Amino acid sequence: MSDTISPPSTHVRMGSSRGQPLTRRDGLLKVTGTATFAADNNPQGLVHAVVAVSAIARGRVASLDVTAAKAHPGVIEVITPANRPPLAIDPDQKTGLFGFRFEALQNDRVRYAKQPIALVVAETLEAATEGARLLSPTYEAEAARMGFDDGERYDPPAIGIGAPTNFVRGDIAAGHAAAVHSIKTDYRTPAQYHNAMEPHAIVAEWDGDRLTIDSPNQAIVMSRGLFAGYFGIPAENVFLRSPFLGGGFGSKAIMPGPYILAILAARMLGRPVKLVLPRDQMYGPVGHRGATEQTLRLAMDADGHLTALEHHATAQTSSFDEFIEPAANASHNLYASPAIETRQQAVRVDIGTPGPMRAPGEASGSAALECAIDEAALACGLDSLEFRLRNYAETDPASGKPFSAKALRECYSRGAERFGWAGRPLAPRQMRDKAGHLVGWGMGSALFPAPMFMAEARATLRADGTALVETAGADMGQGAWTALAQIAADGLGLDIEQVEFRSGASDLPDGGVAGGSGHTATAGSALYNAGTDAIAKLAELASSDPDSPLFGSGNAGVEARGGRLYHREDETRSQSYAEILSRAGVATLEGTGKGGRDPAQAEARAMFSHGAVFAEVKVDPDLGQMRVTRLVGAFAAGRIVNPRLATSQLYGGMIWGLSFALHEEAIHDRRSGRPLNADLAGYHIPVHADIPAMDAILVDEDDPYVNGLGIKGVGEIGITGTVGAIANAIWHATGVRAHRFPIRIEDLIA
Amino acid sequence: MNQFEYLRPASVAEAVAAASEPGAAFLAAGTNLLDLMKLGALRPSRLVDVTRLPELSNVEQLDGGGFRIGALVRNADLAREPAFAAAFPSVAEALLSGASAQLRNAASVGGNLMQHTRCAYFQDPASACNRRDPGTGCDALTGENRSHAVLGWSNACIATHPSDFSVPLVALDAVVEIAGPDGRREMALEDLYPLPDAHRAPESGLRPGEMVVSLRLPPEAASFRAHARYLKLRERTSFAFALVSAAAALRIEDGRILQARLALGAVAARPWRARAAEALLFGAVPSAENFGRAADAALADARPSGDNGFKIELARRVIKRVLLLAADGTPERMPALPASAFNLENGAVAHV
Repeated sequence: MSDTISPPSTHVRMGSSRGQPLTRRDGLLKVTGTATFAADNNPQGLVHAVVAVSAIARGRVASLDVTAAKAHPGVIEVITPANRPPLAIDPDQKTGLFGFRFEALQNDRVRYAKQPIALVVAETLEAATEGARLLSPTYEAEAARMGFDDGERYDPPAIGIGAPTNFVRGDIAAGHAAAVHSIKTDYRTPAQYHNAMEPHAIVAEWDGDRLTIDSPNQAIVMSRGLFAGYFGIPAENVFLRSPFLGGGFGSKAIMPGPYILAILAARMLGRPVKLVLPRDQMYGPVGHRGATEQTLRLAMDADGHLTALEHHATAQTSSFDEFIEPAANASHNLYASPAIETRQQAVRVDIGTPGPMRAPGEASGSAALECAIDEAALACGLDSLEFRLRNYAETDPASGKPFSAKALRECYSRGAERFGWAGRPLAPRQMRDKAGHLVGWGMGSALFPAPMFMAEARATLRADGTALVETAGADMGQGAWTALAQIAADGLGLDIEQVEFRSGASDLPDGGVAGGSGHTATAGSALYNAGTDAIAKLAELASSDPDSPLFGSGNAGVEARGGRLYHREDETRSQSYAEILSRAGVATLEGTGKGGRDPAQAEARAMFSHGAVFAEVKVDPDLGQMRVTRLVGAFAAGRIVNPRLATSQLYGGMIWGLSFALHEEAIHDRRSGRPLNADLAGYHIPVHADIPAMDAILVDEDDPYVNGLGIKGVGEIGITGTVGAIANAIWHATGVRAHRFPIRIEDLIA
Repeated sequence: MNQFEYLRPASVAEAVAAASEPGAAFLAAGTNLLDLMKLGALRPSRLVDVTRLPELSNVEQLDGGGFRIGALVRNADLAREPAFAAAFPSVAEALLSGASAQLRNAASVGGNLMQHTRCAYFQDPASACNRRDPGTGCDALTGENRSHAVLGWSNACIATHPSDFSVPLVALDAVVEIAGPDGRREMALEDLYPLPDAHRAPESGLRPGEMVVSLRLPPEAASFRAHARYLKLRERTSFAFALVSAAAALRIEDGRILQARLALGAVAARPWRARAAEALLFGAVPSAENFGRAADAALADARPSGDNGFKIELARRVIKRVLLLAADGTPERMPALPASAFNLENGAVAHV
């Protein structure tokens, strides 16, 4: 089997599974509380670890009262820089693109508030918690640098995960010179934290030099190797289980220091160790979305065509490592402009290192871009949908390449029709409801890359005609257990009930990373290819069996459907899988497959999912109280494997966008650097009553180039477009343009 | 967690005796206290669990029209008690606008009244806080204070009281009945919440060992039932504290206001009774203009304690609006979004 898929496939068996709105296969386990999440594991002899964290953001730990902590009944061990056993890799060493520096008690430095400064292990969680408190740390504190103007500003070598920092295409000066209309505008976005419902957790147990880890993880096989590296053991010695994640959003694809400490403690004590981060400790060592300041300059000709698009962003990162929220890159691929320039800078502050958080860069960049586009439309006196259509990119603005498929026009028209966009007044403050509230309508374009990573899978046909399919995929709640199994069943020509799907463990073939909205496409392709590989071998057996009705038909001469192979030209000639295997005396038949992008296609075409989001808001004209009353999104994201799950993903993205627009903001004390709202009472995300009538339209899109299955991703695109749509609707309701997120009541009542 | 003693007394007298020791705290539903203990902000050495005490779970209608509500009555139960909600609709509305359904099902009347400020610096044991640790200072004063007090604050403390429930209660002259080491006494609910002085920010008007055993609404409080509203501005529709809130209650006869009651929430360390505004409305015609004057009077002494000057103008607007809503009349049924600006299906005068 080759590691690429040549599109368009001539051999796609559109079985009964794909395209079906199946409910989650793990749903019953979850609603009955029997799905085993990492922290549900309680091996024999388990002890509990609690991290003691820093109350300062910069300086050093001067003292820890280890004696008091160890004297507390139940406390077994206290690990500090003074007694922390060595690691095979220095935690301050970079270990590749996904390898961030972290704190594993390598010294007494403090680089951000809530940084681990000790680990306390005890017989009970309560004893460990109190032990951590009894450490009563003292510090030599230095002034924390928290604001954009406080820290060192610099030009980072790369942004996001290894992306170029700056981009220029065309002649910006000429674009501005040609302009009849222009706008310059600024937007700020705050630090946001992933806040997965399931906190970061690990249960670690050693058996000699073999290590078993239960921990939620978005990149299981890759992480196995990382874990092994820090402990100087071969990757095969690590068994990492992650069957379910209660959300990840990017924060569970990186290595947090507390995990390494828990594993160290398990080895020191010779007992299994459980560590579950309390909510407030998720505001430090496990990443976040860095705050940004963005400036956009747009120039347009008399007809409202862009002549120049400039997007400059500054993102906060930590004092010791970098993940630069690549916000400006949101302007690369959406709107046609003869000149595009994006630049990024960074500011070092005393905060934990940011990381990829759901639509990293796309979310914060789209928020600013879609508002700026609305401002530009207004400057040209055009309806904002008409302005977007005039600047529709027929080819990728950044590369000039054709799109593999782009049904954005249909997204615009279907979304606008469902929403009732036609007739929207151009000027703000024109619409009221019968209660006197201001009503506003806004829109935004949605865009997200359609990447593929690398994945492997195995499919094993069994004597009874059923199959086992395996890949180390990750179900973060999005429905991978179901959607991947649907694809696998189709690859095998079996009903989904006949397929046993194993996933979520590191002893399975590498399922790649569940991130970047590329998991279904990547792991799905691997599973599908493993299935077709097994079927090809099966066809070979039948074709070479003189007593088979399929004798001589050859691999390409059969079709697999419902557990039988059929002769392509003569449906009456068929044989069941079980019969073929039995006659061949074969107990099991194994196929393998890989998923990955065809490099030739990747080179030739730009590959994105697209969408359009329309929002209605109501605003109390005196009190500034805001409420989103309607959201309609239309999305074209290739072939949809499971419409129920895809719609749910898009809803989730749109709700995330609403949260970005109106709710989410981590607040840090400017002096101490401590987060002040590190819990779900203080860090607001929407409640049910904030979620309006929602509609997500799945626009058909046949993309023959993106991969053999035509699958793109739907995980993150719903966020993009939505933030801007809501902000634009608030402007349309009130005439007030807020230049920061989240938009606050006081922004509207001035 | 630190070690603490856990006692479950069988009577109010035993509870009071147990809680008279230094370091003791009463435990009801624990929806606030347990959070603060986990944060390390409060570290009581003894918890006196009052949830099994007899006779504190009743809602009694008193002769003459008043009500007595036991301290252990659940917030949700009280809000849905038909006779109570009919007599004091703004109190029911305020209750239903607070916290979340799950919390209201657990939280008690006494616990709601005795809850602590949600000032982030009070909740963070590493921050200086005169309210939590007298004499340490106030980190909120020069910190993140967008939601802090604009009335009745001092440099010692700029925290606000977070309860919605207590705002209409203070407007309606509610009284708390207290049991303590020296026997029973009562005080105006308003006095349960002392304002900070130049140096101190006492947590409550109770003496050591004292507990709130019941809440009483006087008979005249029900006379406002036709024109009583609570309005709460907040940053999400549920499970959020008020940025500014207000309770208004009017008695209107022949087109004139005979009596007005007005209190603001989330602007001070106590539910802020606006008596000057009430006086201004005596005999006035209910009109936007008169309500605007009342709002100005209510905020006459307001000043920002930090980045919160906008709350003063917001409070004026909230007062004006809640008075208009009250003048329009109590809605026939509890709004779907209690106390929200997005409920204007108003005008039907109920409970007359």
